[in-house]
Amino acid sequence: MTTVQPRSEVSSVLRPAAEHPEPASPLRASLVYAKRAMLKIRHVPEQLFDVTVFPIMMTLMFTFLFGGALAGSVDAYVQYLIPGIFAQTIIMITMYTGLTLNKDIEKGIFDRFRSLPVWRPAPLVGALLGDQVRYLLAGAITMALGFMLGFRPEGGLLSVLVATVLLLVFAFALSWMWTMIALLVRTEQALMGISMFILMPLVFASNIFVDPATMPRWLQGFVEVNPVSVVVTAMRDVMSGSPVASDILLVFVWSAILVAGFGPISMMLYNRKT
Amino acid sequence: MLDSPEPAVVATGLRKAFGGKVAVAGVDLTIPRGGVFGILGPNGAGKTTVIRMLATLLPVDGGQARVLGHDLRTAGGEIRRRVALTGQFASLDEDLTGRENLTLISQLFGYSAGEARQRARELLAAFGLLDAADRQVKKYSGGMRRRLDIAASLVVTPELLFLDEPTTGLDPRSRNQVWDIVRSLVSAGTTVLLTTQYLDEADRLADRIAVIDHGRVIAEGTSDELKALIGQGTVKVRLADPADRRRAAELLTALLDSEPLPRTDPVEIDFTVTGDAPVAEVLTRLEAAGFAVTAFSLGQPSLDEVFLAITGEPSHEDADDSREDPE
Repeated sequence: MTTVQPRSEVSSVLRPAAEHPEPASPLRASLVYAKRAMLKIRHVPEQLFDVTVFPIMMTLMFTFLFGGALAGSVDAYVQYLIPGIFAQTIIMITMYTGLTLNKDIEKGIFDRFRSLPVWRPAPLVGALLGDQVRYLLAGAITMALGFMLGFRPEGGLLSVLVATVLLLVFAFALSWMWTMIALLVRTEQALMGISMFILMPLVFASNIFVDPATMPRWLQGFVEVNPVSVVVTAMRDVMSGSPVASDILLVFVWSAILVAGFGPISMMLYNRKT
Repeated sequence: MLDSPEPAVVATGLRKAFGGKVAVAGVDLTIPRGGVFGILGPNGAGKTTVIRMLATLLPVDGGQARVLGHDLRTAGGEIRRRVALTGQFASLDEDLTGRENLTLISQLFGYSAGEARQRARELLAAFGLLDAADRQVKKYSGGMRRRLDIAASLVVTPELLFLDEPTTGLDPRSRNQVWDIVRSLVSAGTTVLLTTQYLDEADRLADRIAVIDHGRVIAEGTSDELKALIGQGTVKVRLADPADRRRAAELLTALLDSEPLPRTDPVEIDFTVTGDAPVAEVLTRLEAAGFAVTAFSLGQPSLDEVFLAITGEPSHEDADDSREDPE
């Protein structure tokens, strides 16, 4: 900075084309966008409310509300419930992916993102990667509380980690659905309404809270194909120390279906977004 | 190809509709390399839509365009490497600081983490934002935001920069800063395409101007050519007594050799005049004829008058016409 003239200062930061670096690779670009999500958490820590308070509330509420009635005692129920409540907490939180994106789009920042010479899905993928950190935090809180309430997985600590990975893979895949809806719906309120409409049956008509054997036949049919049940079954298997390969495989199949189904539609909507 | 580069933009018959509403109804534009090209028009004329299509943010419905020699429909990626857009609304992350915004964008352009921090620092310094570097963007003033936004577009120097209404809503000082930035970019070889609602902005900055209304280019040329089309300025006279209006208007029509512009104000008479009109005589003649004048001014034609001169009707913002208002 030799001169003080604003005009020459601006000229001084212009770089000829030969000095331009190659734009970031798809992976690197996605990671940069994930870092943006992290920085946002640092500046607006309130947004962690849903991933901290919500899991505590859910775990305590369902354990003590249903424990005695459903399994005879809270202690017995905890063994059944905690893997399910772990999955439920994370799956409920995936909904906020859509809300965050919807707010982002309302502002001009996606214009900037889309005009950059990087892989176009990177901002969406990055946001979803950033969300993984939120899911991990929520998961850690749920599991810690579960241990305090007496949950003891027979598979040990490693089994908890494996189950967590399964759940995060599924949550990442499911988030594409929220991404698509966020791109389709105009207002935050509408998005919230639609999200709850989808989430409630997914979460409650599953094997999270009760054994489906007690349900009417038609409902059992739904519970069985419900991907949330698939994930919870696989996680229970793993945490009880007897993982079932076919159940785990099914989680990956469902995740692949969700990404293959909602990912391209989301990208198409994203590219056409006015 | 290298020796004689294609124009920055060649567009023919560009069209875009939003759910049946026509926003851009067949725009032809040829924008030479270098210098500033201005797109002038009222709100809803289709300026933003044109710019967003050319910047590959909106798919086109019809027509063709080549941007920096690359086809808009097939080479979006190539175009995005060479252009940058500063939108009408700050395209920054308001929750992050100015430094974080620029660092992230620098990394996306391919700078390593360390280089990106250095690049962000250079840009912040050049745009006078070093003091505010570690504040959240939501706490920035309008002018600071705009400068940061433009800085973000210059992380890698674009060959073509789109500026969508870069000074709308800015105070005069910030506006001058933006103009200075544009001028230094142009002197360094970047082509700037800017949209504006202000005639004087187009006049001061742009080498060529396209006037756009209802999604069509209705006039195009240098500032001087357009001025020749619409007259050099406007004489505005306010009379004390509305009863004098008709006779005063007759007198001035003869003097200035120009028809009065349609006005609803009963005491106001406005004329568009050319450079050699005897405007200095207006006051003395009116006084000699015994008309009391409460106000007199000589000004640049307003955008409204430009539209009046070119289309024979006021810009559609305040006109009661039945045509579709895109947007």
